[in-house]
Amino acid sequence: MAVIELKGIKRHYAFGEVTVKALDGVDVSIERTEFVAIMGASGSGKSTLMNVIGCLDVPSSGTYILDGLDTSGATDDGLADIRNKKIGFVFQGFNLLQKTTALENVELPLLYDRAGGGRNVEKEARAALERVGLGERLHHIPNQLSGGQQQRVAIARALVTRPAIIIADEPTGNLDTEMSNEIMSLFKELNESGITIVMVTHEADIALWAGRKIVLRDGRVIREEHKTDAAAVRPLPADGGTA
Amino acid sequence: MKASTLIRLSLRSILRNRMRSLLTTLGIIIGVCSVIVMVAVGEGSQASIRDNISSMGTNLIMITPPRGQNAANRLVIEDVEKIRKEGAYVGAASGVVRSGSTVVGGIGNWPTTVYGVEPDYLRIKEWNTGAGDFFTERDVNTRVKKAVIGTTVAKQLFPDEDPVGKRFRIANTPFDIVGVLESKGSNAMGSDQDDIVMVPLSTAISRLRRSKYLQSIEISAVSEDRMDDAQAEVETILREAHRLGPDADNDFSVMNQAQIIEMASSIAKTLTMLLGAIAGVSLLVGGIGIMNIMLVSVTERTREIGIRLSVGARRRDILRQFLTESVVLSLSGGLIGILLAVGLSHLLEFVGLRAIISPFFILLSAGFAAAVGIFFGYYPAHKASAMNPIDALRAD
Repeated sequence: MAVIELKGIKRHYAFGEVTVKALDGVDVSIERTEFVAIMGASGSGKSTLMNVIGCLDVPSSGTYILDGLDTSGATDDGLADIRNKKIGFVFQGFNLLQKTTALENVELPLLYDRAGGGRNVEKEARAALERVGLGERLHHIPNQLSGGQQQRVAIARALVTRPAIIIADEPTGNLDTEMSNEIMSLFKELNESGITIVMVTHEADIALWAGRKIVLRDGRVIREEHKTDAAAVRPLPADGGTA
Repeated sequence: MKASTLIRLSLRSILRNRMRSLLTTLGIIIGVCSVIVMVAVGEGSQASIRDNISSMGTNLIMITPPRGQNAANRLVIEDVEKIRKEGAYVGAASGVVRSGSTVVGGIGNWPTTVYGVEPDYLRIKEWNTGAGDFFTERDVNTRVKKAVIGTTVAKQLFPDEDPVGKRFRIANTPFDIVGVLESKGSNAMGSDQDDIVMVPLSTAISRLRRSKYLQSIEISAVSEDRMDDAQAEVETILREAHRLGPDADNDFSVMNQAQIIEMASSIAKTLTMLLGAIAGVSLLVGGIGIMNIMLVSVTERTREIGIRLSVGARRRDILRQFLTESVVLSLSGGLIGILLAVGLSHLLEFVGLRAIISPFFILLSAGFAAAVGIFFGYYPAHKASAMNPIDALRAD
């Protein structure tokens, strides 16, 4: 069953007389437990697509059904609730709250969960951090953590609400190769445990970790590649390690 | 998000910028403190005036010449007699004349105020003699030259002996001292009530003032709940005595104690309001300071707002967060201001200035501080909540 169903998605920006067609009729369907990489050069529309999938942006036309829910009629508040419950974000620049401990960063989405009365926020945040291997770093603030560790905190924050999908926007863009591999194998592991992941990247070797590549150009999908052989998913040639 | 969480978060972000927060709240602290202290001092002076007038007796009615320059004074000693005779609700009545005069006797001289009064005057003022006697009704009728002096005058002229039975001179006329008044001390305004000499009204009129008109008639009603009756009755009696037609205006003015207090404290009240308003302006300026800093804070924390929006905060949540922050800022400023004001007014009392802080006013100013926070915090908070999440996430 498709968790993401995009049909005829257009996103046009009007700058005076000029209309920029960031997305110009995108049809994409992503199944539950898939690991998809969205690729494309800069200006191809991949960021806009990610914003639409992440309910940060609303398409000019087309329908987007997320986890069985049609998002087209949603209000601002409705979109906020969808982001809170169904989507976890992982960004290139980590986007953690500074001077705030890892635990509190991970608790953040739970604090905005309006239906979450009576749930043990701290316990769930702790569990999410343990799942990404940061059980020992609960009370460290971002400045005291390495880039890879910060990204793990961000992943824990994305996981903690048990979302339908995790959206990762260039998740390794700020990391060196070794840390990139660590983060990507964590994604792989999470995906294998049943979490749907949509990742935006422009690096081909990072995209190799995904089960499917969707390539965009000029606001349209120009190519889709399925990786039929799961064994083909392997670490970057450069590191030579055992990811 | 729960209210407790909101407050916890806002406290944390306020404490993160301690110096800035302190400077921001300083405006509110000074504003609230000065409003409270100003109003307290104003209230204090009003209370002093009230006490001062109350110390003149509890159910006093005062008749004075009409206000206005061309109105003639027609109050005479016969009016008092008529009021005393005919007034059913009148407990005591006395005509009063006053003049400043230097009294000579004993070891020297002393400038004081000489009152010409009738024996009822003591009852009206709830006063007594401490030594000797007061002059009698007959003394008044026969214009005897007897005097009763206050303790201050006694101390100045006769420091080492009993003044009763001694003779002294007022405006070159010799008077026999028949009694010394009980000490009343200084009144709330700080003037010495014992610096006084009382002589029979008729004597004062003929010897000291050389005018038959009275400066006032002071009356006490039989009881406090008969004040209105007594006042109406006295008015009727005086109109009759002065033969005023039904259409003629009163050629005198009648005031009861409440009215006297009101009149006397109206200036202080106006002053209180003026001081409070000026101090209120500083509170307003403090509020603008909060708005300024909140705007800076919103801009600085654009990225944070983006993060919060991306993890599912509604616009309302962002609005509430920043609003809570500015209210916590202004309210804590208000509380510090209140504490400071309480301390300051104790200090003022210590110096001798009366300052009254009412609990109601403390609540009011705390509420006002919070209102300032909401009013001046709303615009920055709204600005924060209206941000586009994509742009906010991209901010530096």
